[in-house]
Amino acid sequence: MEMPQPDQSILNRKNMIVEKLHSVLPADAVIHDPAETRAYECDGLAAYKCPPLCAVLPATTEEVAAVLKICHAEGIPVVPRGSGTSLAGGAMPTADSVILGVARLNQVIETNYPDRTITVQSGRTNLSVTGAVETDGFFYAPDPSSQLACAIAGNIAMNSGGAHCLKYGVTTNNLHGVKMVMMDGTIVDIGGAHLDAGGLDLLGVICGSEGQLGVVTEATLRILHKPEGALPVLMGFDSAEVAGECVSDIIKAGVLPVAIEYMDKLCIEVCEDFAKAGYPLCEALLIVEVEGSELEIEEQLSKIKAIAQTHNPVELREANDADEAARIWLGRKSAFGAMGQINDYMCLDGTIPVSELPFVLRRIGELSKEYGLDVGNVFHAGDGNMHPLILFDANTPGQLETCEALGAEILKLCVEVGGCLTGEHGVGIEKRDLMNAQYTDADLEAQMQVKDVFDPNWLLNPAKVFPLKDSETRRAAA
Amino acid sequence: MIEPKTEAELAEALKSANGPLRISGGGTRDYGRPVQGEVISTSKLSGITLYEPGALTIVAQAGTPVSEIEAELAKNNQRLAFEPMDHRAILGQEGSPTIGGVIAANVSGPRRISVGAARDFLLGVRFVDGEGKIIKNGGRVMKNVTGYDLVKLMAGSFGTLGILTEVSLKVMPADETAATLILNGLDVEQAVAAMSSALGSPYDVTGAAHIPASGHTVVRIEGFEKSVAYRTEKLTQHLSAIGTAEIISGDAHDLLWQDVRDAKALSGAEGDIWRVSVKPSDGPAVIQAVNPTSYLMDWGGGLIWMETPSGTDVRALIPDIAGHSTLIKASPAIRSEIATFQPEPKPLALISNELRSKFDPRGILNPGLMS
Repeated sequence: MEMPQPDQSILNRKNMIVEKLHSVLPADAVIHDPAETRAYECDGLAAYKCPPLCAVLPATTEEVAAVLKICHAEGIPVVPRGSGTSLAGGAMPTADSVILGVARLNQVIETNYPDRTITVQSGRTNLSVTGAVETDGFFYAPDPSSQLACAIAGNIAMNSGGAHCLKYGVTTNNLHGVKMVMMDGTIVDIGGAHLDAGGLDLLGVICGSEGQLGVVTEATLRILHKPEGALPVLMGFDSAEVAGECVSDIIKAGVLPVAIEYMDKLCIEVCEDFAKAGYPLCEALLIVEVEGSELEIEEQLSKIKAIAQTHNPVELREANDADEAARIWLGRKSAFGAMGQINDYMCLDGTIPVSELPFVLRRIGELSKEYGLDVGNVFHAGDGNMHPLILFDANTPGQLETCEALGAEILKLCVEVGGCLTGEHGVGIEKRDLMNAQYTDADLEAQMQVKDVFDPNWLLNPAKVFPLKDSETRRAAA
Repeated sequence: MIEPKTEAELAEALKSANGPLRISGGGTRDYGRPVQGEVISTSKLSGITLYEPGALTIVAQAGTPVSEIEAELAKNNQRLAFEPMDHRAILGQEGSPTIGGVIAANVSGPRRISVGAARDFLLGVRFVDGEGKIIKNGGRVMKNVTGYDLVKLMAGSFGTLGILTEVSLKVMPADETAATLILNGLDVEQAVAAMSSALGSPYDVTGAAHIPASGHTVVRIEGFEKSVAYRTEKLTQHLSAIGTAEIISGDAHDLLWQDVRDAKALSGAEGDIWRVSVKPSDGPAVIQAVNPTSYLMDWGGGLIWMETPSGTDVRALIPDIAGHSTLIKASPAIRSEIATFQPEPKPLALISNELRSKFDPRGILNPGLMS
């Protein structure tokens, strides 16, 4: 992975920069010993590593502002970091950058049930937002798979989704406001507990901007009352096409499940070996979950089962209680872990129109043969957000490169059928140089000029999102 | 009037424009600071380009009438779930609202409180910027984090960043049935408390409004028949400490929500009409401070439509309440004098102005409208 050459003049000034950062932060909040900065050398995309110049862990918005002012004045790139779970390299540093970690910003600021909002510091983990309100019956809806570890700051940066976003939407649909520090240290409040923007929807463009427009330190989020209950049903089919048609028919019938998850045969087998969830060994498996009271669940499930029956499922299994429900989810939830047990893998998240599902799955199968690497498919079928898992062996020379080339082919395929490169993981460095497949120069220029406004010197997370050659002159001017 | 028939023609028109332009869709939402300039209309850029009911997506050119889209969706028992308001009831303009206008003004109705706003259903846009460059962002899939979300930035930008040529939207299945609980005679504080309680329940409320003109506070439930019956009963019990609910459904129910959506209660207003967006629990304080001639609350109290005596600057009466106020209806003279859109704090105003000058360096697209 190509990254810009570090600025030697910054590397030379390391001691002075560390000293300046020390002057505005507690001693233990500046990490500069090379043995310790290695903890920040990569994120969830662990194939690429580079220790930063140093890392800082501010505990207040004011400390964040003080750090950014120094970096702005010194012209030092800053890479914001939530919990470092990005699968796209969104928090990967360069050698001349300061990692700004928000982990110490983890407090709940205000819980407001009458208005159904919670305001938290951005380093708080996704699951602990729900943790703060669940005893009162509420929850925060976006549920990325990494929700135990991932921070709200990262969720906002990547506009993260999750299994249940078919009903509840992704981060941007559940975010009302932020407190954000601009690269020059200016602190701004955008949005609030009210529901819409009074002028341009700046919040809308900040969410999903991969930490390139500002550092979010606080967020006001929508919370919802938990449904009375939820129950999944499992269906097995003997072809991907039929499973795809079944998904489409469920949606057309007006039933809106909270989740529709798909697994193909390879994934089923691997998960079955690992988790022993009792899945049928068929070509395609769907897990469909509905919510509500017992009566409502029954009403929805009876409609879903009736639709499934018209497609001759090889298996149709209901959960009769919480235990059986947990067993149905067990295999799906352990899918990535199970894959990791048998192989190295690369997880893509291209999204396609659901009508293209059978074609894309068939084509992925062909590409898999062509490149000689197995690809498992597990994904959110209701919204077309695929997760092809390319299996490879990192110890075999050349396999990572082959895997990357296959990944690029699959993502281009997603774009060709009317979809996109990434549905929820973000571009980061991983998909940066594929952006030209989806966007014209004018499209990219329009996005880059937004960064010009928020961060004129291109210091915030500069080598991400845009193809290096497209952002080169802007980064060089900094 | 310039009426391009294709996106390319529109791009040419913008390249060769040499003065300010007033952008028009169906011409039904003439609010904001009055704009002087030649009218450029998207009405000839019309038609649905793609509709996939099984994928819950529709793509249409910006000038497509909303009615055409709604009719097409209805054939498949689907709809625009964000329930876009028709401004004709309060602004009294003729013409037919377009989907481009809905998006440019981020127009959402009562269901916004539960499913989201127009911007939340907007999957992708094509637009032409102030220099005539054709730009696309987003696409037609439900989840897309590829690059910056200019889709959201375009929604509610009132043409000041570019002229929309095509939008793609997520659509939703229409509900099998619906019912509304009506509580009678609540004052504004009781009404907001009742709505908050309903919206904070597990019963999936999709509308909560307070209509002083009729004395009604109304809460809507939608879904499959058995489910609606169940939740209606549960919610009635849930609200029994506040009042006894009357239940309605059918045509009267649909009309009631159409009227809430269109702020019909204010259609005869002789004064100015303001739209105030605050957190619901601040709603009563807004009413107390402004003491409007008449009003209507939607979004559980968070959206307030108010009639005030002509020339009233509502913002000056609620300086400490977070949120924003927009002057929707007033004479052009008043709309030139009082800021129609909420002035932004300085650093944000700077960002907004710079964004506009990047997308429209010559300042020809609806100049000043959002001020």
